[in-house]
Amino acid sequence: MIDFVLPSLGADMDEAMLVTWLVEPGDHVEYGQIIAEVETDKGIIEIECWHNGVVDELLRRPGPDKLAVGTPLARISVEEMETAHEPSEPRLPSAPPDHRPRRSPTQSPPPIRHLAHSLGVDMDKVAGTGANGSVTREDVQRAARKSASPGEERSPEEVRVKASPLARARARELGVNLQSMTASRVDGLIVEADVESVGVAAIEPEDKVAAMRKAITRSMSRSKREIPHYYLATRIDMDRALTWLEDVNSELPITKRVLPAVLLLKATARAVSEVPDLNGHWLDEGFRPSKPVHLGVAISLREGGLVAPAIHDADTLELDELMEHLRDLVTRARAWRLRGSEMSDPTITVTNLGDRGVDTAFPVIIPPQVAMVGFGKVIEEVVAVDGKPEVHPVVHATLAADHRVTDGHTGGLFLTALDRLLQRPEDL
Amino acid sequence: MTDVIAPATTTTYREAIREAMSEAMRRDERVFLMGEDVGRYGGCYAVSKGMLEEFGPERVRDTPLSESAFVGAGIGAALAGMRPIVEVMTVNFSLLALDQIVNTAALYQHMSGGQFNVPVVIRMTTGAGRQLAAQHSHSLEGWYAHIPGLKVLAPGTIEDARWMLTPALEDPDPVIIFEHAGLYNMDGDPSDGPVDILTASIRRPGSDVSLITYGGSVPKAIEASRELDEEGISADVLDLRVLRPLDKATILKSVATTHRVVIIDEGWKTAGLSAEIAAIIAEEAVWDLDAPIERVCTAEVPIPYARHMEQAALPQVPVIVNAAKRLVGR
Amino acid sequence: MSSGEHRLHLLERMLRIRRFEERCAQLYQAEKIRGFLHLYIGEEAVATGVMEALEPDDAVVATYREHGHALARGMDPGVVMAEMFGKVEGCSRGRGGSMHLFDSSTRFYGGNAIVGGGLPLAVGLALADKMSDRSRVTAVFFGEGAVAEGEFHESMNLAALWDLPVLFCCENNLYAMGTALERSESQTQLTLKAASYEMPAWEVDGMDVEAVEEAARKAVESVRAGGGPHFLELRAYRFRAHSMFDPELYRTKDEVEHWKLRDPIELMKESLVEEGLLDNEALSEMEDRVRGEIDEAVAFAEAGSWEPVEDLTRFVYSEVSSS
Repeated sequence: MIDFVLPSLGADMDEAMLVTWLVEPGDHVEYGQIIAEVETDKGIIEIECWHNGVVDELLRRPGPDKLAVGTPLARISVEEMETAHEPSEPRLPSAPPDHRPRRSPTQSPPPIRHLAHSLGVDMDKVAGTGANGSVTREDVQRAARKSASPGEERSPEEVRVKASPLARARARELGVNLQSMTASRVDGLIVEADVESVGVAAIEPEDKVAAMRKAITRSMSRSKREIPHYYLATRIDMDRALTWLEDVNSELPITKRVLPAVLLLKATARAVSEVPDLNGHWLDEGFRPSKPVHLGVAISLREGGLVAPAIHDADTLELDELMEHLRDLVTRARAWRLRGSEMSDPTITVTNLGDRGVDTAFPVIIPPQVAMVGFGKVIEEVVAVDGKPEVHPVVHATLAADHRVTDGHTGGLFLTALDRLLQRPEDL
Repeated sequence: MTDVIAPATTTTYREAIREAMSEAMRRDERVFLMGEDVGRYGGCYAVSKGMLEEFGPERVRDTPLSESAFVGAGIGAALAGMRPIVEVMTVNFSLLALDQIVNTAALYQHMSGGQFNVPVVIRMTTGAGRQLAAQHSHSLEGWYAHIPGLKVLAPGTIEDARWMLTPALEDPDPVIIFEHAGLYNMDGDPSDGPVDILTASIRRPGSDVSLITYGGSVPKAIEASRELDEEGISADVLDLRVLRPLDKATILKSVATTHRVVIIDEGWKTAGLSAEIAAIIAEEAVWDLDAPIERVCTAEVPIPYARHMEQAALPQVPVIVNAAKRLVGR
Repeated sequence: MSSGEHRLHLLERMLRIRRFEERCAQLYQAEKIRGFLHLYIGEEAVATGVMEALEPDDAVVATYREHGHALARGMDPGVVMAEMFGKVEGCSRGRGGSMHLFDSSTRFYGGNAIVGGGLPLAVGLALADKMSDRSRVTAVFFGEGAVAEGEFHESMNLAALWDLPVLFCCENNLYAMGTALERSESQTQLTLKAASYEMPAWEVDGMDVEAVEEAARKAVESVRAGGGPHFLELRAYRFRAHSMFDPELYRTKDEVEHWKLRDPIELMKESLVEEGLLDNEALSEMEDRVRGEIDEAVAFAEAGSWEPVEDLTRFVYSEVSSS
């Protein structure tokens, strides 16, 4: 016994009205015999039976109801057809992944999927209230409203500011606030150059900290991922330097006194100007040396984290100038008032963890620089002088360098120069 | 429009194409040329002048004015082992052959499940600028570049005119070559080849703004870049060369370098090839953009006959220069 | 093959097409075959007769009503059915469906959904043969409706002008979808149109498979011998609608019944029975054999697999690239 259903007669036929039966219960029917007429949008079409058998029951009466394709119209008791007429054995192929006919009720139409996508809603997680459990527009909107999206990378301020994508990207990288920028263009569009040259307004420290943390994360991850570091360390006898400094400072008012750190900075700047392969940037698969030495100075911040802005042309500054710059830099850094160019210009950086109580530092290079110098705390150690032990103040200096640009030989030259310079503090 | 200081060997764009076709036909007897007035007349733009005498009427075939039939015949001949060069006099008349190009050439490989490929080369003259009025001035490269299954080339230099045909003939799939009518008289060095039909080319490197263009607008972009030099603006002139498939890598590299883009396209702006390039940049290089994208295209009008009106409608060097200057904030 | 054997062979070929098409109708209504389906029922003698006259090396270009031509040309019914089911085992990897059957091994250059679209293609195939001095023939099938298209005239002209080995087979079944010939052509004598291109042209009774074969052989021989293109108007009739979704408002049932009296299969059967070459038993065997083949074809199609979606972008361009 089989159901004789309303057949599909075309890709665009969904339904039809039953107009006439050409058979009655008890009639014998044959393969290919026309047994009914249906009316479609295009007109009246005859439909055939594909079996030999006897009509058992007519399930539907002719009438104005629109019947869907596949609706059973009659039951026919089928005579045993010729051999294997029904495809009995063949394995039915498994349903293809995305080959569902477009009319499948469980898949939502493109506009709704698009809406979900733009609202950031995961369709699989939405409860559908439409026909057959399908997801409706309202379902999607409801889901979007429910999820308090903390998500967006863009802070509210940025959305209101007219800035180019590149400017936004740079601003994020540098941790600077677009709102405080002045556009140099007549049309008010903030561009990369503006981000570089304008100072930072003070806004909530938490936001700044978050942005900075992100920048640090990115930078440090990239450093370890991309830069093949090598490390060299040496112990520098600071006796002469500190003695000299004490003398100099004793002649100066307190406000003008020079910190030992400044000696280290100046010496570093001078040393790297003698070994230029450590001074510059790795860009686009190549090293670009820098003539000027813009010394990045790592400054830790109260909220945690650190910044390493540049003192420009550090090798040319006098010690007292260098001291002034350092003091100014630290003050502004802690007040979040650094300039873009200070953030992007360092050609080599120094980190001085002496005040943290560390003997030796093993720094991580800040890309795209190719070297970083670390100093530990000035400590007293036994040194050999003319074959006899003495106790001197020393500092452990470490060089981290990019092995793509230099090797130990060059690094060694730098540390040798550094040591040499610090033995003649009067020349710094 | 001289490109570079002319060395010992210079040739015109049209001569370069003629030499390319002749060399191909000398080398491979499967290659033949077919189109309206390519034989006796020597070619509407004199490109095939002298070829009938060298190769005879079987291999340089004059066709009746039946674009659909002879483009379709070229497709059929390609299917059956020949390597025809079908010349459609201009892109304007190719509309009569669109069915064969789009519904046969472009589809056969995919639709037959990989059984049949169509190694036909179709050359068309394109572009405006000679007061030929609206029906003879179309630039429809964007339409053809829209169709999967086709490859679309736009030689904008003498070198490309001379050497692009070789890989095009070797390609197993349909290749359409657009020759801008205004370039036929251009003189220059054909170089030694070979060239590929995969990559775009930087004609003049620069760092402040990218000028992305193809075909007949390449000389305009180069001239604009020279003017910009004098204003201290360094332009990266990118000749697309291949319109389908577009060389995204070179486009994106240029944008990453300059951060500012002017796209120059003699087609209309709306839904044209310039829109496709702008979309690619917006999709894949938005964070490199330091300014909005500028497009210099033909005005949204049918091309008029009167000279001043036609010139007002078409992309011009001063317009390109101004667009670039706007981008750098001047 | 004796004359009697040959005629039985013709009958079986036509029967195979008939039963195949009937099965397609059933499968379409059961939604196994989708899209458009154009059945050849009633016209079997045309494809069968013409194919007899062609060599394996000749080329065939057909229309969207090409199942009969595909089968008569020797394509495997299973591969054809699988194509209509959309399976990857189909001749076109399921990408073409009913209207786009292709087979490079039999030089079957496709069904074509553009009326007249295959004509320039056929001209080109013949052009290549002529330029390469091969003695192959290209047979192109098209309906009488195509005669209105510019491509028809351009192709006829070009083929005649260049003396190309094309056999133009116009299957005149009187209706282009729902438009009768006399409503679309100022000159309904199709052979006159061919004659206007200086092309030899014949009218043939398309319901008589032997008449078709004889005319086709004569024409093909002449074409192959360098006689230039020829034109056959094959007058036939389709017993079913244009496609599956067609209420046939444009013709009367009487007319259909009238033409059914000239069913090519019935005509051949009757003739064979009269001459004692066919009896019920033999016919029953033939039907069984044909049904068995078709059952196998359907089983093959049912068991087939779907092309992986990851392969969607394959074969936009050839996979063997040289540049």
